Amino acid sequence: MSDVQNILLPEGSIEKQTITLNVGPTHPATHGVFQNIMEMDGERVMSSESTVGYIHRAFEKLAERRPLYQITPITDRLNYCSSPINNIGWHLTCEKLLGIQTPKRVDYLRVILMELARISDHLICNSILGVDTGAFSGFVYLMEFRELIYEIYEEICGSRLTTNIGRIGGFERNFTPVAWEKLEKFLKEYPKALKEFENLFTRNRIFIDRTVGCGPISAERALNYGFTGPNLRAAGVDYDVRVHTPYSSYEDFNFVVPVGTTGDTYDRYLVRNVEMWESLSIIEQAYQKIQDFKGADAEVYHAHVPEYYLPEKKEVYTSMEALIWHFKIIMGEIEMPKGEVYNSVEGANGELGYYFISDGGRTPYRLHFRRPCFIYYQAFEELVKGSMLSDAIVVMSSLNLIAGELDA
Amino acid sequence: MSLTNEQIQNKLTEKFGEQVSAFAEPYGMLTFEAPKDLNLKVLQFLFDDETLQFRFLTDLQAVHYPTDKGRELAVVYHLHNLVDNVRIRFKVFTDINTPDVFTATQLYSSANWMERETYDFFGVNFVGHPNLKRILNVDEMDYFPMRKEFPLEDQTRIDKDDEMFGRGGSSN
Repeated sequence: MSDVQNILLPEGSIEKQTITLNVGPTHPATHGVFQNIMEMDGERVMSSESTVGYIHRAFEKLAERRPLYQITPITDRLNYCSSPINNIGWHLTCEKLLGIQTPKRVDYLRVILMELARISDHLICNSILGVDTGAFSGFVYLMEFRELIYEIYEEICGSRLTTNIGRIGGFERNFTPVAWEKLEKFLKEYPKALKEFENLFTRNRIFIDRTVGCGPISAERALNYGFTGPNLRAAGVDYDVRVHTPYSSYEDFNFVVPVGTTGDTYDRYLVRNVEMWESLSIIEQAYQKIQDFKGADAEVYHAHVPEYYLPEKKEVYTSMEALIWHFKIIMGEIEMPKGEVYNSVEGANGELGYYFISDGGRTPYRLHFRRPCFIYYQAFEELVKGSMLSDAIVVMSSLNLIAGELDA
Repeated sequence: MSLTNEQIQNKLTEKFGEQVSAFAEPYGMLTFEAPKDLNLKVLQFLFDDETLQFRFLTDLQAVHYPTDKGRELAVVYHLHNLVDNVRIRFKVFTDINTPDVFTATQLYSSANWMERETYDFFGVNFVGHPNLKRILNVDEMDYFPMRKEFPLEDQTRIDKDDEMFGRGGSSN
């Protein structure tokens, strides 16, 4: 052997008995850009250090120089698997600050969209959990329906993933007949597919062996770690923003908040599945309620707020007042009232909060997003310590980490 | 029996007297402040008290008020009592030259990354934090980007007038 050393190893790396393993930043199993530096003893994870921030885009700083309507596209890019929830949550925050009351029909339309978004998010999370445990077919069954949900978004707002859906006060246009048709199709066909999906997984021996007892967390630790959403409910705490602080008329709907017991991967899977059924039931109830609006009420799709809601293009060309509002809104020349408001919605991952401070200017003085992902991801090390590497991947998948939400 | 803002305020003034101040209720959420060296005592009291039970840290972040001399940085805690479903907002203000605030990580594991994020963007030095380093920005960064002295756009640009968008622009 020659004396020339070609590879420079860190000091002590030959003597030590463990292996340092980089999982990520771009690893197919992480489903997003984040890195875990794991110290491995054979196949066991001894410690794991998470590095986040690879796709940090300075949203909070950007928001300080933008009028309200320009912040909506920023919120899209938080949890991009369920953008409508982020968008509508942001509109609700603005409406709370500005004191805008929305008509019931708008609330129900929003509920439909938010629940569709929740379904599309949970559907991806659960079916990818299947893929990570080695079962591909469930994913293929359900993907078709995410496509259908995206088609519904497309009918409503024109885009699919980063939706920029709705406006302050409501929607920019009414739902089209095609959108309703597609929604009816979804309501008719999805339960069958979801049943099929459950048949594939819920009592599947291999799936149960892989997920039961995998990455458990007690209710107490989960609360201390700031868990919210399905991950907290899987640990047995029935906290749901939709029930505790109803927004957008959620108090008008009957639904069950599912809870688990052990907070492990299997419980997280079950909670998400039951939530999909509940979301379906909420959408059906909202659909029925919207059918009950008759006459002029059935055409309402936004509140009357000329300061924040863009006037119709036809009017912009014909009336002076509409033209002025149009210009003022587009140029961001509207002064907001002073105030400080915290508003949260039940995002697909948990409590998505917006802390908004206005100093009376045209843009927020400070806007902070409470991103549920960012807060519960710090428990990852505790969840996977001592488990197998393949279990760590499954835990990561079941936590539903979305890089966009993590890094803001 | 649910907890009212008035009860919380009474409890706090009973315990801390004049030191908790600036009680307000913007949009229904009880907001108050305390001196920064009392922040852990207040948080602990809110956590332990049998009737208050603010045991869930919803959110923690900072705000920069450059004109408020001696209290430029505000660290804002949003706490939630999940039993009675009451939220409160608690602020401590600190001087920007010595931005030392005690860490809440002993009380809330969730405060770990939230404090790191706050440090990363505002430079609040959380005393006693187990691992206070940058989290979202690059490690080499030598400034705290969310402070107001860093405007979003390059101030040397003359081809663009941002006066239209209120704050900032060429005059600031």
